[in-house]
Amino acid sequence: MNIEYYIVLSIALFCIGIAGVLTRRNAIIIFMCIELMLNAVNLLLVAFSKMHHLKGVATNPNAGIDGQLFVFFIMVVAAAEVSVGLAIIVMMYRNVHSVDVNFLNRLKH
Amino acid sequence: MKNVLQLVWLIPLLPLIGFLINGLLRRQLSKALTGIIGSGVILGSFVISLLIFLQVKQGNTAVVDLFDFISVGKLSIPFSFQVDQLSSLFLLIITGVGFLIHVYSAAYMHEEEGHHFARYFSYLNLFVFSMLLLVLGSNYVIMFIGWEGVGLCSYLLIGYWFKNTDYNNAAKKAFVMNRIGDLGFLLAIFWIINKFGTVAYGDLFEQVAASAKTLDGTAAIVGITLLLFVGATGKSAQIPLYTWLPDAMAGPTPVSALIHAATMVTAGIYMIARSNILYTLAPFTQGIVAIIGLATALFAATIALKQNDIKKVLAYSTVSQLGYMFLGLGVGAYTGAVFHVMTHAFFKALLFLGAGSVIHAMHHEQDIRKMGGLKKYLPITHLTFLLGCIAIAGIPPFSGFFSKDEILAAAYGANKIYWIIGVITAGMTAFYMFRLYATTFLGKFRGEEHLHGHHPHESPAAMTIPLIVLAILSVIGGWVGIPEVLMPNAHSLEHFLDPIFAESGKYVHEFRPAHHLDHTTEYGLMGASVGIAVIAIFYALARFSKRPELGEPAGFGKVLANKWYVDELYNAIIVKPLQWLAKLLNGFVEKDVLDWTVNGIGRIINYSSRQVRLLQSGQVGSYVLLMVLGILAFFVIQFFVKK
Amino acid sequence: MSISEILFYFLSVLALGSALMVVISRNPVHSVLWLIVTFFAISGHYIMMNAQFLGIVNLIVYAGAIMVLFLFVIMLMNLNAETEPKKNKWLRMAGIVAGGCLLLVMVAALKDAEVKRSVVQLKDGNIGLIKQLGETLFTDYVVPFEISSVLFLSAMVGTVVIGKKAD
Repeated sequence: MNIEYYIVLSIALFCIGIAGVLTRRNAIIIFMCIELMLNAVNLLLVAFSKMHHLKGVATNPNAGIDGQLFVFFIMVVAAAEVSVGLAIIVMMYRNVHSVDVNFLNRLKH
Repeated sequence: MKNVLQLVWLIPLLPLIGFLINGLLRRQLSKALTGIIGSGVILGSFVISLLIFLQVKQGNTAVVDLFDFISVGKLSIPFSFQVDQLSSLFLLIITGVGFLIHVYSAAYMHEEEGHHFARYFSYLNLFVFSMLLLVLGSNYVIMFIGWEGVGLCSYLLIGYWFKNTDYNNAAKKAFVMNRIGDLGFLLAIFWIINKFGTVAYGDLFEQVAASAKTLDGTAAIVGITLLLFVGATGKSAQIPLYTWLPDAMAGPTPVSALIHAATMVTAGIYMIARSNILYTLAPFTQGIVAIIGLATALFAATIALKQNDIKKVLAYSTVSQLGYMFLGLGVGAYTGAVFHVMTHAFFKALLFLGAGSVIHAMHHEQDIRKMGGLKKYLPITHLTFLLGCIAIAGIPPFSGFFSKDEILAAAYGANKIYWIIGVITAGMTAFYMFRLYATTFLGKFRGEEHLHGHHPHESPAAMTIPLIVLAILSVIGGWVGIPEVLMPNAHSLEHFLDPIFAESGKYVHEFRPAHHLDHTTEYGLMGASVGIAVIAIFYALARFSKRPELGEPAGFGKVLANKWYVDELYNAIIVKPLQWLAKLLNGFVEKDVLDWTVNGIGRIINYSSRQVRLLQSGQVGSYVLLMVLGILAFFVIQFFVKK
Repeated sequence: MSISEILFYFLSVLALGSALMVVISRNPVHSVLWLIVTFFAISGHYIMMNAQFLGIVNLIVYAGAIMVLFLFVIMLMNLNAETEPKKNKWLRMAGIVAGGCLLLVMVAALKDAEVKRSVVQLKDGNIGLIKQLGETLFTDYVVPFEISSVLFLSAMVGTVVIGKKAD
């Protein structure tokens, strides 16, 4: 499979994520769109890793493995981020009784 | 004994030490001590100068390297002193006359407060230091340092009584006019560095002499010499930059004697004499120098005819005599010009000091219309002043006759018209000097005796002894340059200075055969000038001893009394437009244009900040949107614009 | 059209469609469910590329744990289509246009990239297997691995601290 398809696919996913972040006001949905963008990037990283593997497998049997490891670490960080982020959203909800990000432009309530 | 030449650095160092001591301890030192230190250092310099002069007379010259001053690329300018015939002669004049004037000052300035008295002496010592640098430097850059130094001291000393606004203005005028000349000098130095790659006299003149044929009259040489001459016109008060010198009489009289008569104003002559080979190769510039010198001589002499301030007469007389020296330089009589510098230093210093003595006796009255009959009150001053007048008028065997005559003879050889104007000027010189003499010393005393309750009295010994010494020098000073006609081989000054001007002389003999005057002509010339001078003297004595001019001048005399309205002309042509321009720049350009621009920038930033602030809405969504747009812009630039 | 191409297109359309639905859905719960579908599609892509470990981890961690967290929070807050805040029309338009432009620009930029001859290896290649990944992870990447464990710990602590009711 040509790498172009993967690139276009992940760009499309990424841009959908961006459009989501820009069009929604619900903090949770925005958060989900960020996860979507992360996944688009993960997909592309894996695709690149396989591409490099095909090119460099003759000299190095583990060529391209770094890309997948990066994906692994991104997932790790994303999991941590989500847990903290959701906690923050919950706290915000407690304070404001809303998940509308536009309420966040005021510093105190 | 040649090692005495290596002590040359002591000569400027001593006055510098004096300057520091007097300047820094001016509140601690007593007046007597200040006077002793101030005069003593100059005496020390004089003694060393004398020793060096004796060495040089035996033919020992040297360039004494002190330290590396500027070294850039191929250009190296060492801080070194050149001891040769010309500089040693000037050393003698500066330190000798300087010492006498220091002694005189100690008495003349005794009314000043202690620290002002010390301030005066420290300035005077600093001046001598700078002047010595000027003549000792072995290259144009050191000369320039001294050149600026004397300009500074001139400013400080003219404005010595700084509480008087007029005096301050006079000091500023002197400084600014000198700066105009200095710029010319500086440009000349740059041009020399550019063209020859060296500013040391030795290297430079060797180079020039070696390629004399190719350089003769080229634009570069003419340009360099013209620029040097611009510097000289500023420092030596020639048309068009002479107006500062008469105003410089605002300073104390000994200052006028030392700086504005004997030494500093001859710096221009020294410079041109030093660069004689360059000038010899630039006949065009020589013509300009001669014409400017002659015009200045005549012009200043006419003004001096009608001045009523004793120091103003002497000031214009100085300008006029400097004009003579430049005429000498312009017609190639370098020795004559240097000779005249020397004799002029003697008799002009004498006349100024005499005037100072008169002013001192008259309780700071300088108007000669209020004097008269001082002969019986001030015998020594009167006698010395009379000798000075005779010397400047050019009566043999007094010093002025020999030096002036040498210049006039050379001028006759170059161009008859020069000689005619020169002789007319000489007549005027004799006339106005004896007008001054007669009005001041002869006739009846016209001062207000009842005001002070006692007659004017003779000055103390500290003032009269320098007068006597200078009078003796004025009488016999010319005997070192007795022309060939009167006494073969008696012109010892010419022989002495020969090494300095030898290259020029050789060159002139080779390329421009000079007119040799036969003896009859020379006798004729001398006779004519002396005759005119004698007539002028007797006319002046007859006219002014009994009935001095007391009224206001009328008609043409008024023009002369008002100095040809040159100051007014400069005011109208240069000062007023500059002030108008300054007003314009201040009023319109600065307030309306610059301020508006600067404030406008501030206002724009203010306004745009207020607009940009709206972007900081606190809305997360809009931030993200902007971020995306930014990324978008980056991509566009990266991929589409860069190509 | 080989079987893998057919699979690729199917999964891609599924991923894009469900991602769009995530953004479009009014109901947050639906958004979460669509996002889970998206993750499944992406996991499918991983498995196609023989990145088995990542595919499974993606399912477990993302589709499983993380999305359940989201769902849990949404349920907790009792969010539905009625409570959903709406941006005004113009800002939404601006967002869509911006996203679209970015897509266009990046795809256009791709035209100049040298990617024509680069092929992604499907089905074969064993770098995505647990053995290889594990070996590399515990040799070359052992320090980041340990650091990530610390990160997790701090994230847990942070979550508890933030989530605690303010007394």
